[in-house]
Amino acid sequence: MTGAPPAIEAVDVSRTYQLDGVSVEALRGVSLVVQPGDYVALVGPSGSGKSTLMHLLGGLDRPTGGRLVIGGRDVNALAPPEMATLRNETIGFVFQAFHLLPRTSAVENVALPLVYRGVSARQRRERAAAMLGRVGLGHRLDHRPNQMSGGEQQRVAIARALVTEPTVLLADEPTGNLDSVTGAAVLELLEQLNAESGVALVMVTHDQEVAARAQRRITMRDGVVVADSADPRSTHDRPPSVDHGRPATLVPAPSAEPRSASGSGPGHPSGGSGGAAGATGRLPREAESNPGTKPGGTA
Amino acid sequence: MRVAEAWRVALDALRANRLRSALTMLGVIIGVASVVLLVAIGTGTKQKVEQQVEGLGSNLLLVVPGRIEVGNAPVVSPLTLKDVDAVTRVVGDPDRVAVTVASGATARAGARSDFTTVQGVLETTPTVFTRELARGRYLTRTDVDTGRRVAVLGDSVARALFPDRDPLGQQVALAGVRFRVIGVFAPLGQSLGVDRDDEVHVPVTAAQRLWGTQRVDGIAVKAPDRERIDELGEQIVAELNRRHPDTEFSAVTQQQILGVLGDILGVLTGVLAAIAGISLLVGGVGVSNIMLVSVRERTREIGLRKAVGARPRDIGVQFLLEAVLLTTIGGLTGMALGVGTALLVDALSPIPAAITWWSLALAFGVSAVVGIVFGVVPAQRAGRLDPVVALRTE
Ligand SMILES: Nc1ncnc2c1ncn2[C@@H]1O[C@H](COP(=O)(O)OP(=O)(O)OP(=O)(O)O)[C@@H](O)[C@H]1O
Ligand SMILES: [Mg+2]
Repeated sequence: MTGAPPAIEAVDVSRTYQLDGVSVEALRGVSLVVQPGDYVALVGPSGSGKSTLMHLLGGLDRPTGGRLVIGGRDVNALAPPEMATLRNETIGFVFQAFHLLPRTSAVENVALPLVYRGVSARQRRERAAAMLGRVGLGHRLDHRPNQMSGGEQQRVAIARALVTEPTVLLADEPTGNLDSVTGAAVLELLEQLNAESGVALVMVTHDQEVAARAQRRITMRDGVVVADSADPRSTHDRPPSVDHGRPATLVPAPSAEPRSASGSGPGHPSGGSGGAAGATGRLPREAESNPGTKPGGTA
Repeated sequence: MRVAEAWRVALDALRANRLRSALTMLGVIIGVASVVLLVAIGTGTKQKVEQQVEGLGSNLLLVVPGRIEVGNAPVVSPLTLKDVDAVTRVVGDPDRVAVTVASGATARAGARSDFTTVQGVLETTPTVFTRELARGRYLTRTDVDTGRRVAVLGDSVARALFPDRDPLGQQVALAGVRFRVIGVFAPLGQSLGVDRDDEVHVPVTAAQRLWGTQRVDGIAVKAPDRERIDELGEQIVAELNRRHPDTEFSAVTQQQILGVLGDILGVLTGVLAAIAGISLLVGGVGVSNIMLVSVRERTREIGLRKAVGARPRDIGVQFLLEAVLLTTIGGLTGMALGVGTALLVDALSPIPAAITWWSLALAFGVSAVVGIVFGVVPAQRAGRLDPVVALRTE
């Protein structure tokens, strides 16, 4: 992975939300590189900043700090219309909630990104139909979203993400709204497309088995990358091969520690209620649990 | 995004919410229809009045005491038949001079009666003004000279008093004095809400005797040609001023009357159009309102479109086109409705209505502009939506 330029490069990227005068640091200095053809699983507890990072990687949002280069272009230097064009040309999104246009046929949904590229109506339909064929929906061209199953809808969304032949496919919990069998099929499709077309796949998942199948795994916690199997330096004293134990969605085993690991080891910091949130040492959460809210602290 | 595509998307959006689109358009439809209709009525009225003033006869000069201005109180006339003789000498042709002394009076025939205007006139009236008879004859020189009690009835008076009889040769009591009917006018219709057929002509001499007066209210002169008309008017006014130094006289031409009436009716038309314009404005506010609702409702769609590469301008154009489509379709429908109603009103009611191209062009243009003006804010709001926030909206 040395010759080709990276598809996406993030250097010390941060994203702070202002919420009623309070700053929420969703990302606190994330650095990573997505290479063409990568298959990355992005894991981490809820609220760790996975979706925030995906939005940044896809050019849907801008970092409040750091440098982010997508398809060779520094997003800090891009105006909103240029960002839109960048998304159109280099990124494909797959969302947990599908986000298909209602009252619009599958083929027209898939063709939508081509509309903003100025492709003629006939070519749009041809390319969209071909793409639907590739995701196994060649027989559902004129079905509307409400006439399709969840799995079919997500396949339409995948076809829409790939119809522009992007370099990176970003999928945020693509199977989150599907049952396990359907989810597995969708996942297989994504992996197959990644293998066949060489599109880089970055996928958020809560499923450890899925994460284990990925060529590379990035683990986040509290707005930072705590482990990246492609970048052993970021794993902080732990080899990437160590697994997370039981698949846990909300409270993963305390295997990965905060990046600033100076004072932390296996011993948990005191004062927290014992959960993963307390182990992070993040101020707001500690403050929440501080004044007299401990069990038995108040009558 | 290609413009054709944007049109298609906007049309689809309107079609997806047919009822709401129709109701939103209704405001614009009513606004545009009322602009077209009210301007048509204003214009029609103006045209009809002009026709009627011109239909009085050509090269007319009306001589009255006082000054002819809007809002001036009428002056009691000091004119008598001697002044008429003097004016006739200035004009040089007795056939070109007509007079009137008019008053309201009850006309009675048998058990029927009708309150009408009795006009004392000279036998020249049909020559000076254009006035045609339906039956019988008009007054003669002898009738006037001898003050004979004969009368020519206007069409509506004849109908009111003699609904089932031939009025010719019948007796009519005017203010209690009996006159013999010698003729009936051809109908003229209404003018500015006044029934012009509701009058009775009698010899001026007989009228003066009836009311015990020497007065003549006004003199009308038919000038021999248009060029000399102003000069003639000045000569007549000068002569009358010489004879009545305390009174001011004016001589006005049809052109001047038309000018004054045209101004009044122009203002009237303008006021009507402005009132209708306000309803168009209200329609526009409705469009703006619905577009804001539409933007909010389709926030997720906007977010998705942005995610797949729509630029802020693409989204803005899409919503602006939707607003413009709403108002222009509404505008065209309103135009059709306005034209149809105007034609119906003109055909079925006494109110005249005339379609003018400028009012159609104006109404359509205004509705398109309303769409742009009231669509810009919602369109901008849609274009500026943050895609991440938009996608997260439920
Ligand atoms: N628009 C926002 N305004 C304020 N805070 C936000 C906003 N979006 C996200 N956050 C906060 O940023 C943090 C990261 O959120 P994010 O959605 O990226 O988490 P996630 O890892 O995707 O979680 P999940 O697995 O539940 O989807 C959370 O603490 C969240 O509350
Ligand atoms: Mg998320």
